[in-house]
Amino acid sequence: MEHYLQTTGRIFDIQKYSIHDGPGIRTIVFLKGCAFRCRWCCNPESQHFQPETMIRNGKPKLYGKDVTVEEVMEEVMKDTHHYRRSGGGLTLSGGETLLQPDFASALLFAAKQEGINTAIESTGFQKFEIIKNQILPYLDLFLMDIKHMDSEKHQAFTTKPNTLVLENARKIAKTGQKLIIRVPVVPTFNDTVEEITAIARFAASLPGVEQLHLLPYHRLGQDKYAGLGREYTLPDLLPPEYEHMQKLRRAAAETGLYVQIGG
Amino acid sequence: MKSPFDIFAQVMYTFNHDDTVGKGRAVLKKFFDGDIQKSPRIQKLYDDLFDHMPTIEADRAEIVTRVYQETENDPIITRRGKVFKAICEELPIIIRPLELVVGSNTQVARGCQVFPEYSFEWLESEFDTVETRSADPFYISEDTKKRLHEVYKYWPGKTTSDLATSFMAPETLMAIKHNMFTTGNYFYNGIGHFTVDYEKVLKIGFEGIRKEAETARDRLHVFDPDYAERNAFLEAVIMCCDAAITYAGRYAMLALEEAEKCSDPDRKKELLQIAQNCARVPAKPARSFYEACQSFWFVQMLLQTESSGHSISPGRFDQYMYPYYEEDMKSGKITREFAQELLDCIWIKLNDLNKCRDAASAEGFAGYSLFQNLIVGGQDKEGLDVTNDLSCMCIEASMHVMLPQPSLSIRVWNGSPNALLIKAAKLTRTGVGLPAYYNDEVIIPSMLSRGVTMEDARNYGIIGCVEPQAGGKTDGWHDAAFFNMCRPLEMVFSNGYEFGDKVGLQTGSLESFKTFDDFYFAYKQQMEYFIQLLVNSDNSIDVAHATRCPLPFQSSMIADCIGRGKALQQGGAIYNFTGPQGFGIANMTDALYAVKVLVFEEKKYTLQQFAQALNDNFGRGLSKERLSDLTLQVTKELARAGKQVGEKDVEQIALQIQKDSVTPEQKAFYDQMLEDINGLPKYGNDLPEIDLFARDVAYTYTRPMEKYKNPRGGMYQAGLYPVSANVPLGHQTGATPDGRLANTPIADGVGPVSGKDTLGPTATANSVARLDHGIASNGTLFNQKFHPSALSGMEGLQKFVSLIRAYFDQKGMHMQFNVVSRETLLDAQVHPDQYKGLVVRVAGYSALFTTLSKSLQDDIINRTTQGF
Repeated sequence: MEHYLQTTGRIFDIQKYSIHDGPGIRTIVFLKGCAFRCRWCCNPESQHFQPETMIRNGKPKLYGKDVTVEEVMEEVMKDTHHYRRSGGGLTLSGGETLLQPDFASALLFAAKQEGINTAIESTGFQKFEIIKNQILPYLDLFLMDIKHMDSEKHQAFTTKPNTLVLENARKIAKTGQKLIIRVPVVPTFNDTVEEITAIARFAASLPGVEQLHLLPYHRLGQDKYAGLGREYTLPDLLPPEYEHMQKLRRAAAETGLYVQIGG
Repeated sequence: MKSPFDIFAQVMYTFNHDDTVGKGRAVLKKFFDGDIQKSPRIQKLYDDLFDHMPTIEADRAEIVTRVYQETENDPIITRRGKVFKAICEELPIIIRPLELVVGSNTQVARGCQVFPEYSFEWLESEFDTVETRSADPFYISEDTKKRLHEVYKYWPGKTTSDLATSFMAPETLMAIKHNMFTTGNYFYNGIGHFTVDYEKVLKIGFEGIRKEAETARDRLHVFDPDYAERNAFLEAVIMCCDAAITYAGRYAMLALEEAEKCSDPDRKKELLQIAQNCARVPAKPARSFYEACQSFWFVQMLLQTESSGHSISPGRFDQYMYPYYEEDMKSGKITREFAQELLDCIWIKLNDLNKCRDAASAEGFAGYSLFQNLIVGGQDKEGLDVTNDLSCMCIEASMHVMLPQPSLSIRVWNGSPNALLIKAAKLTRTGVGLPAYYNDEVIIPSMLSRGVTMEDARNYGIIGCVEPQAGGKTDGWHDAAFFNMCRPLEMVFSNGYEFGDKVGLQTGSLESFKTFDDFYFAYKQQMEYFIQLLVNSDNSIDVAHATRCPLPFQSSMIADCIGRGKALQQGGAIYNFTGPQGFGIANMTDALYAVKVLVFEEKKYTLQQFAQALNDNFGRGLSKERLSDLTLQVTKELARAGKQVGEKDVEQIALQIQKDSVTPEQKAFYDQMLEDINGLPKYGNDLPEIDLFARDVAYTYTRPMEKYKNPRGGMYQAGLYPVSANVPLGHQTGATPDGRLANTPIADGVGPVSGKDTLGPTATANSVARLDHGIASNGTLFNQKFHPSALSGMEGLQKFVSLIRAYFDQKGMHMQFNVVSRETLLDAQVHPDQYKGLVVRVAGYSALFTTLSKSLQDDIINRTTQGF
């Protein structure tokens, strides 16, 4: 980690005052590039590793920038007072953070050097050895996405099977890492009581996992697809109703997990 | 093995997710912070409050005028004593249905009396519009108009405003005419803006204060050089103490009469209790919490009949009321629920008081607000935390009544208990725009730097919107002027001229500015010049009040008026300040920065091009106001050249001016210019370079101010806040180089230009904290708008509190929040009748949204909704 501040990586956004992704007030750094192509993805500009131009509010804007850890940390640490007061810190998100393991590792290490809390939002899509050696040593909280227990359906909606995700979830849990499982609840994909309960049962079976977050699908990213010249394949999908979310929450809570709606 | 980070994160997590944490803390904290049931009486009192439109009443004006006529040969302080005495003896009194704490200065709820001794022409000229104006309308009956018309015959040439005008220098009057600043607040009204020593009245009553004044009088020697003045003053104080006792006595009688007539046995008992209370206080020391409430209220309402000054602030109510509450709770004399009901009754009464301002001031202070600032929490004189049950019950009272008064404030310091802040955040979450949060860690040192002692500084309260004051000892003259920091920049561009008048300094032609420093220096010179004129204006008004309206009743409760034998207006207080407030820092920062980069660094545009662009309003067409200004200018020039100008000609001129506005090429040029300006970094995005520049721009106002003195022997101290004047005064301001169009609002408080902060509340707060708040010892104002979901659950509240703490860690001074959805506000504009009770935060205070003018409503809606 000698030159960790000079490690470079590719990000597409930094978002301050995040209050729904880990403890306290946080800054989210979004790393560019993802292994999945989830059809509901609200950040389609995150998917390709290559920088790309997206039309936003009628104007073209380039997404994807190569930066050093030092540059990122300078921005992140501007909110140091807010972290100190709230117990917050840095969250890495994506794209898939773990696809840039050296960069992610250096960022988390740098955050720990500054004494702030660290978290990642990830699908765990990486070799476990890399996760274990480069990420977990500097990580306070792993927010792990599990989208479906049926691998075929998982693949149909995300382009990848769920095998590695489930395998890694168990391995990570076994290390004693603080782990919260999060499920994007997407109508037509996984929003039945059976499907959610299946995920909840799996989560409950992981050692040390106590919490499950159900994140209702939203349409806020829809117009980004047009901005990128891509097609949104779920054009008519409506967000799940409040009552339905409550029903899913109650069902999932039967596993004994603490279940909340939203992050 | 878990790392310390793990454990910390887990503790925070559990804390954030456990709704019982707040309640479970009972073992740790020594005060009650739970919910208390709202009594049905409060809803009834609330409904009655809005039964009628606010009404203007003529009784006080008649009494004052009669007494003035009868006392022409008395010293002014004696006349003021006699005025107060006559008001206490004659002003019609009323007990409103079901109220437990009595004392109203109008027959109709939320009505107002008239104060002709300060100014009257404006009201007479607005007789026919005051009922239909957009900001704070009042009903006025034909009979009242007639009575006031009679009264007004006496006053020409005799008011404080008449005298003040006669004191002002010609260049000052010119600057005022051109709206460089406005000192209208104290020009038209009494001064107010103080906290009296309520504690003293509760402890010794007016009989005690009378005794103090008598003792002081008896110590005078007839051969003392200032015997005449001191003696007359002390006699007036004695007269006022007696008058207040008389007034309460009338209420005791009225309550007795009503009790006799009352057929409802419960209400009868209440009325008898009220009669007993009024017979006892405020003459004598309060013996119970209920008596203390009644005593407090008589003081609070009578202060607001003596003069038309607003921001008569109850100050540290939770502190001086606490001994009575504690005693009664210990002895079992009252329940917490009844104590809460009494507080709620007072809260309703604070909204019953009202004042009619002139149309322009009503826009600047919109929302019928009297800015009675009541503050809870904080430290005592020794620096120890003093949060108690009442601190939380005051917050609870605001939740119960959901009304803009009192302007509730919370003192926050490093030792403030979390439970108090969580309780406060719950109130914020309701969207009522209360409370405002204040930072002891900035305010106390700031006051020390102004010569306030450590003990007094630690005991500070807030006056009006955001102004710190050592209560019971200060004549702060806070809110002394609105100074529009954008106007001096216009003077730089026009070399001191406007519409043919020489208004500012001649700081040089645009060609003469070779560097940005030259240009910036010219701005600083213009600033300094207008600050000097502002001082001239305020000092003129100050002397006018000392001469024509020294006020013995309020002086009886502020140290050391009795000791010095002088009224507050004549320098009787221990601490004397004048605090005029500047606003427009964000616009001027972005504007000067744009000039610096685009003209002097990148050389993309010349100063002349900027000047032309501002004149042409960036090709965005002329607003109605600008058009009429320009038409007036041309008309005047024609008249000066000896040409006759008729109504038809004026229309022609206006048409011509509109036609002369920009060509398509120019329009394209201005579009590019605006794009270049918008592309520059802006204040409010946590960019140290521009934020530190903002700090320097703020100094152009705050630093010169420290040099000047007022006639009461005190110093000037700057504030940085506009109340809501950034909207109406923005209407009088041309386009500015930050891309702000002519006649549009100026940025609010010390916050960024609306919509220019794009990184969310932490970034905005970090930027604002880079200003030097301590030097603005008259207060700074920072508003943020939140969607309610940012404060949802215990976790949301806790994160919200962290944001406040983090801003205060960085030496921010004040923070206030608007939590309401945009949709709600838009709907309220369309259906005002359905949102009569909708309170939003406007500048430093909360107001009823539907009573605000359309433009102010729009400004509130347009503020960045942060966090989402």
